Amino acid sequence: MRHNFMKSVAAAGMLAGAVAVSSTSSAQAEDLTLCWAAWDPANALVELSKDFEAKSGHKMKFEFVPWPNFADRMLNELNSGGKLCDLMIGDSQWIGGSAENGHYVKLNDFFKKEGIDMADFIPATVTGYAEWPKGTPNYWALPAFGDVVGWTYRKDWFARPELQAEFKQKYGRDLDAPKSLEELKQVAEFFQGREIDGKKVYGASIYTERGSEGITMGVTNALYNYGFQYGNPDKPYELEGFVNSEQAAKGLEFYKSLYDCCTPPGSSDWYMSENIDAYKSGQVAMQMNFAFIWPGVEADPNVGGGKSGYFPNPAGPGGHFAQLGGQGISVVAYSDKQDAALEYIKWFAQPEVQQKWWKAGGYSALRAVVEDPGFATSQPYAQTFLDSMAIVKDFWAEPSYASLLLAMQSRVHNYVVAGQGTAKEALDGLVKDWDEVFEDEGKK
Amino acid sequence: MPDTAIERAARSTPPAVANRLKGLSDRGLAMLFVAPTIVLLLAINIFPLIWTIYLSFTNYRVNRPNRDVDFVGLRNYERILNDADIWLTMQATAHFLIWTIVLQVLIGFTLAYLINKKFKGNDLWTTIIVLPMMLSPAVVGNFWTFLYQPQIGLFNYVVGFLTGADPSSFSMIGEVSLAPWSIIIVDTWMWTPFVMLICLAGLRSIPDSIYEAAECDRASKWRQFWTITIPMVLPFLMLAVLFRGIENFKMFDLVVQLTGGGPGSTTELTSVNLKREAFEKWRTGYASAYAVILFVTIFGLASIYVKALNKVKER
Repeated sequence: MRHNFMKSVAAAGMLAGAVAVSSTSSAQAEDLTLCWAAWDPANALVELSKDFEAKSGHKMKFEFVPWPNFADRMLNELNSGGKLCDLMIGDSQWIGGSAENGHYVKLNDFFKKEGIDMADFIPATVTGYAEWPKGTPNYWALPAFGDVVGWTYRKDWFARPELQAEFKQKYGRDLDAPKSLEELKQVAEFFQGREIDGKKVYGASIYTERGSEGITMGVTNALYNYGFQYGNPDKPYELEGFVNSEQAAKGLEFYKSLYDCCTPPGSSDWYMSENIDAYKSGQVAMQMNFAFIWPGVEADPNVGGGKSGYFPNPAGPGGHFAQLGGQGISVVAYSDKQDAALEYIKWFAQPEVQQKWWKAGGYSALRAVVEDPGFATSQPYAQTFLDSMAIVKDFWAEPSYASLLLAMQSRVHNYVVAGQGTAKEALDGLVKDWDEVFEDEGKK
Repeated sequence: MPDTAIERAARSTPPAVANRLKGLSDRGLAMLFVAPTIVLLLAINIFPLIWTIYLSFTNYRVNRPNRDVDFVGLRNYERILNDADIWLTMQATAHFLIWTIVLQVLIGFTLAYLINKKFKGNDLWTTIIVLPMMLSPAVVGNFWTFLYQPQIGLFNYVVGFLTGADPSSFSMIGEVSLAPWSIIIVDTWMWTPFVMLICLAGLRSIPDSIYEAAECDRASKWRQFWTITIPMVLPFLMLAVLFRGIENFKMFDLVVQLTGGGPGSTTELTSVNLKREAFEKWRTGYASAYAVILFVTIFGLASIYVKALNKVKER
């Protein structure tokens, strides 16, 4: 009798449990929309997210917008309080505005509850993608995709004995991945206009795009390394003498000289995709680009499979830095499905998922992944990625970043591409524009 | 005597409705019917205009809803009118506007004059010529970007072939001196057929009898052209200029696709610049003042032009 009773209780318990589980999962099964840029890593994330769908019961939808329109489209969405996106992998510079304007959900309590520790992520990515105000433990995103500007070069061309000999005779050193900006320019000059395999090639493709953020993401790699600073480190928003210092002007002159001497004709408005095309089609010996392209380069039949090498942005006379790219993943404050969105972030933060993310072509920012002893040799570009992430610097992440960015786009493009005025005049103009923005913001 | 339509309509109106409308004058009734349109017009045209004027005196930013909105008086207007960069965009717009109109009128009228002559294949040629204006500006912008490509572009190749210059030695959209012309060429290619069609309508509206009378008076072809054709087509031409002027003052898509406003700010026309201020920098108050200035400019110029057009038509 007792046995029967126990069996009945157990059966009732199981039934109740089953009902509870089924009712819970049907109540919580949501259609989540994740918004990001339309690029290779996004496709990798679609594949990776199938694991989340299987485990959680939620359905994932994706809204990917090409880079040139990404900021316009998504910032419009956020500013209008739109509910299209539940999860947003937004650019690092958006963090200030999205935090202050209430677009993103603050994640501190969630991280604490789920045991997600920001110390487990690469420090630069935490500062760059998650914190606002910078340097404070206020988190609005989980570092999702580490990225940085680096360089790709035609290792197969560099290895040709006749080119090696000619280069050595001319410059007194081996033709190899450049260590300094000056060396970079020499290599670019060496290849400019040269005929290789019956085809005219050029030195390097660099960022010159005018409409969104291109030329700024490119020129900062020269400016930082010549001594440009965003302001007085001891007095925030004091720009004079830092943004337009003599060294900064030399950095800007360097970038212009690189554009003038060593880029393909017609490259006056080039950004990521144009640089990729120029490189893959064998037009250039080197290309500046974000690290996200490297898996695609390795897989390319023309330039992959050992034909390409990678090196971090070379040092300059004023230091050694590289422009930070990459994004964090945030929960949109206007979403009605915040719990499910948080579940996604919890799933994504797991070390085994991050490991899969790296293998799928996504750049994990989790230290457990990148500090793994096998990481540096796991891909031909892995060591360069690590070296580059160690020297990153980012653009302003202020709420008014768009005004700051567009002012820089205009001033720099006017000088570098249009050749108007001097480098000093361009940077003086930039100080004037940025001062005006900060005055409007009440920060000066 | 048969009933009029009004009497029949009055008789068929149900008594309840007739009683309700009793006491309404014809004018009142007309107002009643026009009212919905007026309300819509006020809601979607007049209110936004007034609201824009109000915003132009503030520091409002649509992306900063939590920030206080301050009244800044004429500061936005002062800033715009004293901003050298904005004057440069105005100059770029004027350059674009003048040259596109001049070229489109000259080529459009010439084509219309030729097409108006009766020859075999006339209709086919007309169809071929109007094809460009049927394409989307985004598509046109994209494929002209390829045509202008220094290394593989057909445009550069043709110029190189005709002049002997190296096709990759110049970049139409990358050089300060050439970029403004690159957008003028594309706009002219695309919209000359529109001017041609209007001119063609004008040419075909001229009665043959006038030319026959001129022939009897032994007027030369040249004289017929200047004293009959041009004066009679002039109102049509002026209308085409008005349409193209208004369209090109707000030119946006082609420029964005072709040059993005560059190199530097060489081809940043006012509409592109205004969009950056309003929807990229989110300076709503400032952009509102900018829009008001442009509105007054276009409205003023268009009013003067329409008066001139009316005078020409009265002659």
